[in-house]
Amino acid sequence: MTIEAPTAPKKYKKILTWLFFVVVLVLCSIQTEVTPYQLIRGLPQMGILLGEMFPPDWSYLPTIWKPMVETVQIALVGTMLGGLLAIPVSLLCAYNIVQSRLVSLPVRLILNLVRTIPDLLFAAIFVAIFGIGPFAGMLAILFFSFGLIAKLTFEAIEAIDPGPMEAMTAVGANKIQLIVFGVIPQALPYYMSYLLYAFEINVRAASVLGLVGAGGIGLLLDRSLGLFRYDRAAMIILLTLVIVLVIDYGSNVLRRKLL
Amino acid sequence: MNHTLPAKPLWHKIRPYCWVLFLVVVYVWAFNGLQFEGIQSTAKSVSLSILDGFLHSDWSFVYDPAGEDLLSGLLDTLIISILGTFISAFLCIPFAFWAASNMSRRRPVSGTGKFSLSVIRVFPEMIVAILFIKAVGPGSFAGVLALGIHSIGMLAKLFSETIESIDTGPSEALTAAGASRLQILWFAVLPQVIPQFLSYSLYRFEINIRSATTLGLVGAGGIGTPLIFALNMRNWNRVGVILLGIIILVILTDLISGWIRKRIV
Repeated sequence: MTIEAPTAPKKYKKILTWLFFVVVLVLCSIQTEVTPYQLIRGLPQMGILLGEMFPPDWSYLPTIWKPMVETVQIALVGTMLGGLLAIPVSLLCAYNIVQSRLVSLPVRLILNLVRTIPDLLFAAIFVAIFGIGPFAGMLAILFFSFGLIAKLTFEAIEAIDPGPMEAMTAVGANKIQLIVFGVIPQALPYYMSYLLYAFEINVRAASVLGLVGAGGIGLLLDRSLGLFRYDRAAMIILLTLVIVLVIDYGSNVLRRKLL
Repeated sequence: MNHTLPAKPLWHKIRPYCWVLFLVVVYVWAFNGLQFEGIQSTAKSVSLSILDGFLHSDWSFVYDPAGEDLLSGLLDTLIISILGTFISAFLCIPFAFWAASNMSRRRPVSGTGKFSLSVIRVFPEMIVAILFIKAVGPGSFAGVLALGIHSIGMLAKLFSETIESIDTGPSEALTAAGASRLQILWFAVLPQVIPQFLSYSLYRFEINIRSATTLGLVGAGGIGTPLIFALNMRNWNRVGVILLGIIILVILTDLISGWIRKRIV
């Protein structure tokens, strides 16, 4: 009977994989001194913290309204400017628009570099350059959403139907005409949907930019936590939650109409 | 044949203009609200010194036997994201089964599961990190917990969608043969979903590496902590080398996990 033979090495491999996982886990927890014991010790503190957060300080609402609006404004402006910047770059990246790899490969490389840097890092660097305030935050959001939208859009452009473009080439259209009449009508719905998607992410990102001094609601969150006013922090978190949920819902409805 | 096209309602004609007007108003409002005070006079010199810092990075910071160096910071970041991903990959399994609509007979069960997952997803992980810093003190542990808890929101959502799309054949066959619920779960459901589980966990790991590099900015361990110190001290040579290290770490982990992901699915 040779039926059982193939199962043996499989089992052996499975055990080895799990063993590898366990060893990695144990090594990691030794290196960072992260143990379940620490968690159990920290849990009561967590409970006290949550207890101090309730009830939220409702009288704080008028104070945090303006920074919250600023957060949304940072996200709006940053997303739009980043999205505009992404249009030419994503056209340069798409292999079916720019045939020369000499152009698209370096642009793709830069795009990949931009995408490795998280938004909060951008914010920390821009605060160092441009000083504390919403301008640094807006720039951080701009770069972050530029990387995201440009990547998603050039992939969408590469996936478009080549038929209309071939037809236009056949009747002698130039590159600009090709892009305006062949590419943009097909890629626009995707681009708009990615723009909305980036906006959703950016509202969330903008709400924490203030932690490094880049404007918005995060600044007040940092301050109220520093002053141990957890009831105020809870109010800020609650308002952020509501705004994010409303924007997510709205942009989901819009996105469904677009696609 | 005297058919005339029905006149388009007025609303359809003016709708595009309404949208444009709406967008213009929104953006004028947003630009006004930000009140650009202009670029600071020091911006140019600071940008140049950052560039200089990139070109003349502080290589002595890469390895320092005393401990506070780039490599140990990056290792810490890597470990935070590995542990965070592990925690969320395990914790999200019950959430995923809770939210999957084909795992429970009553609709409200999966509905509440889905809702609680979207609530978890809404919190930015920095806020979760700050809460954990307050609870267990600053350091890697707070970072691990923040990533672990925050990632549940996305992972469990993806997992539950995987569970919802499984082939019902094997579980029906097992039911017919008289298997218990646990046996069906173990022999029919899990084998189908595990490859997807692993692939999503790896994908989340890639995201977590990026987040882990910034957790230190608020004091939750990893490479972000020396970075924020270097930024505050305007030590651009060090900022340059740390940024280079982060970029290399992110690219390497993306490549490796992408390679593993391709082999799993």
